[in-house]
Amino acid sequence: MGPVASIVMSATTFAGSAQFAAASVLSAAGSVTAAATAAILLNARYVPIGISVAGVIRGRPLRRLLEAQLVVDESWAFARRPDGRFDRGLLIGAGLVLYVCWVGGTAAGAYGGEALGDPDSLGLDAAFAALFLALLIPQLRSPRAIVVAVAGGLIAFILIPFTSPGVPIIAAGAASLIGWRRP
Amino acid sequence: MIAVVGAATIVFKGIGPVALGGRELPAGLGGVVQMLAPALLAALVVTQLVGADRKLVFDERLLGIAAAIVAIRLRAPLLAVVLVAAGVTALARLID
Repeated sequence: MGPVASIVMSATTFAGSAQFAAASVLSAAGSVTAAATAAILLNARYVPIGISVAGVIRGRPLRRLLEAQLVVDESWAFARRPDGRFDRGLLIGAGLVLYVCWVGGTAAGAYGGEALGDPDSLGLDAAFAALFLALLIPQLRSPRAIVVAVAGGLIAFILIPFTSPGVPIIAAGAASLIGWRRP
Repeated sequence: MIAVVGAATIVFKGIGPVALGGRELPAGLGGVVQMLAPALLAALVVTQLVGADRKLVFDERLLGIAAAIVAIRLRAPLLAVVLVAAGVTALARLID
């Protein structure tokens, strides 16, 4: 992918995991269709994530559409309060900071990335795992949440060898059905 | 590819907030949505930790996450946890 293409993708598909998935499929000589499918499947999780924050995204429809673009895994997890509701200020604020850093970082990486070498040699893959773990732990306040997390992790673990990257994460979302309460 | 993925992502992210706009979800559904965070975060940890393209790979990332768990237990701030994981993993790869 060329530098301009990478930057345009960061600005429109503001979701790192999907971009990494698409890039990894392309770099493994996968087809463009396969790369797009992996990225789209990975981002399908933003439908339920978007629904979960709908309560704090306000204003006219166009404004809601734009604000919703600031929702990424990190801003979403960061803004989630222990009671399960979301902090609007944190969600939008963290989203804006992440957006600027992400698009800026992509530009820096696209033009200067060769000097950095292999990101994996810097341990960035483990850093993301640690980030998600550190964000997960505060969510485990109830026995039900622990069961859901274990189930979600297991689903992903079992599916990794059999499905395209991205599918295990979407499938793990099914573990949340354990949270169903009779109205 | 970029246009299609970008458009799909914008629709995915926007559909809930645009359609619901400030209203809360019904209680039963709300319980499920609350549990999406632990389910998806756990899956992200697993895929990021041992995932590769259609295979499980157990490598230096495990040392990094072990160090991160120690850092979390010591109540280190988020940035420190992430840096510890990256540093230990990078060091292990250097030695290897």
